[in-house]
Amino acid sequence: MFLTDEEKGMRDGAEGEAVAAAMDLLIRYGDALGAERLVETRNVAGTMTQPSPAKRRLFEEGGWAKAYAVINLDCDREIEIPRMRVPTCQLQHGFGPDAAGLTKYAPESIELQGSAESYYSERGVNILATCTPYQVGNLPVRGEHCAWMESSAVVYCNSVLGARTNCEGGASTGAASLTGKIPYWGNHLPENRFATHLLQADVSVDDFQEWGMFGYFVGETVQEARPAVIGELAQPDLADLKHFGAATATSGGVELYHIPGITPEAPSLEAAFGGRPAPEPIRYGPREREWVYETLNGQGTSTDVDFVLLGCPHASLDQIARIAYLLEDRRLHDGTELWVMTPRALRTMADRNGYTRTITQAGGRVLTDSCPAMSKAAPPGTRVFATDSAKQAHYLPAILGIEAWFGSLDECIDAAVTGRWRGGLS
Amino acid sequence: MTGPAPDGEPLLELRGRGIVPGVVEAEALVTHDAISGFGGIDVATGTIIEPRHELFGVCFTGKVLVFPGAKGSSGWSGYFQSTRLMGTGPAAMVFNVLTTKAVLGAIVTRVPTVVEAEPDPLETIRTGDLVRVDGDAGLVSVLRRAGAGGIQTTLAFTI
Repeated sequence: MFLTDEEKGMRDGAEGEAVAAAMDLLIRYGDALGAERLVETRNVAGTMTQPSPAKRRLFEEGGWAKAYAVINLDCDREIEIPRMRVPTCQLQHGFGPDAAGLTKYAPESIELQGSAESYYSERGVNILATCTPYQVGNLPVRGEHCAWMESSAVVYCNSVLGARTNCEGGASTGAASLTGKIPYWGNHLPENRFATHLLQADVSVDDFQEWGMFGYFVGETVQEARPAVIGELAQPDLADLKHFGAATATSGGVELYHIPGITPEAPSLEAAFGGRPAPEPIRYGPREREWVYETLNGQGTSTDVDFVLLGCPHASLDQIARIAYLLEDRRLHDGTELWVMTPRALRTMADRNGYTRTITQAGGRVLTDSCPAMSKAAPPGTRVFATDSAKQAHYLPAILGIEAWFGSLDECIDAAVTGRWRGGLS
Repeated sequence: MTGPAPDGEPLLELRGRGIVPGVVEAEALVTHDAISGFGGIDVATGTIIEPRHELFGVCFTGKVLVFPGAKGSSGWSGYFQSTRLMGTGPAAMVFNVLTTKAVLGAIVTRVPTVVEAEPDPLETIRTGDLVRVDGDAGLVSVLRRAGAGGIQTTLAFTI
């Protein structure tokens, strides 16, 4: 891989040991990918504070510097960690203090995370603590080179915003933070951003649930490829595309899609395919829609719902408002919990607007920082959960060994209030 | 997991590109399904936990993991890095679909890794085969077929 003089200097230690270790990782990574060079980035979204057994052990052995060296730089030497060279944010991590005591999640992990937050925020890491940094102050512009993790954020960044990022990991973002560089490969190259597959919705995709189901089909169908989607698509909003993209990156590995006429790099179908003729469309009809529904709802037998989870990816303010309206003057079923996950900044707005009070008065909770899948914890005794998120319905049964129901927001609120799943495909 | 090479020439040699150096010999564990990190593996036991996966419940610790590539969350590399730190990692990796997730994952798992090998490893290597992965030379060699020469296939069902 070609290195500039500046990059060679970094590699050789001109900017300190941590930067040298970061450049060493980027060179190994770039060479393995077959990248020709690195590209500058000033927008990194990674993870450093999320507790894990391995991280705890490293912290106990050598403090946060050791944890960062091993996990975020793949380096075993003892090094000091300087201030991040470029703007860097922490994505979602483990449960924070607001979730203390609600699950079997270890209090020591909340404490450990607090310690990590202090260390990393002193080094310039913005603790956004959300899977949706684009909702709370990190909104890349079109064409901007980013180094982001979190598959649902990556697909949103590339597709909805037209910025450029690969699906990075803990070590590559750790190295990017200290160097402002990332391999110029994959989604960073203009020629790799055109659609490869065409999918056509023959059924109406017109609300949050339908966008999630369509996304799950698209991901299952194209896997890592780049779909353009057309057909009976209503104008989506932020929450719809947040759900759609998360679903494509759950059943498959989609990092970039186009919706001609909607997303910025596809003013037309022709533009989505870079002027090349579009292939024959793969159809999403009633049968395919039913397959998605049955797949996401094939993980439950009991209709007694203990737990309702909303806000995956983290809820927008608009979503929280709708949940609050639906819960006005209602009360959750005794023995059924309802959580809404959202970034802390939006929780502050929800508090200010009274949404949190309405949800709390009904018996629900508005929580931040994490989700049951990330923290591997749900309310004690949860056997059956319901959600409006295709991603959470996909992951949580595997992670917690519980049953799942997937449906609309109305159906989830109904389950929270009655303790019963009464959803069905309309 | 390593040992003296069996006598004679390899039964089959696959040529690819080594992306993590080192040489290791171990039994192959082959899957045609892409592997998910987050929600896909349990790092404490080195086991596939995705219910719809064909290797559901199977342990990959100490095996040459032969798989198409990575899917799912960007936590992939971090999960496989954790298997290294927990001592439950695979002995080597062989995959042909190049993604940032799988490539970074192989690097931080620090096991010999060969990518883009031909002929197609998924069609030519079988679970239980004894293989040598040479990450320096970019070579994967099948040394002994499953069931031949007393090689036991020991798949641990730990879930």
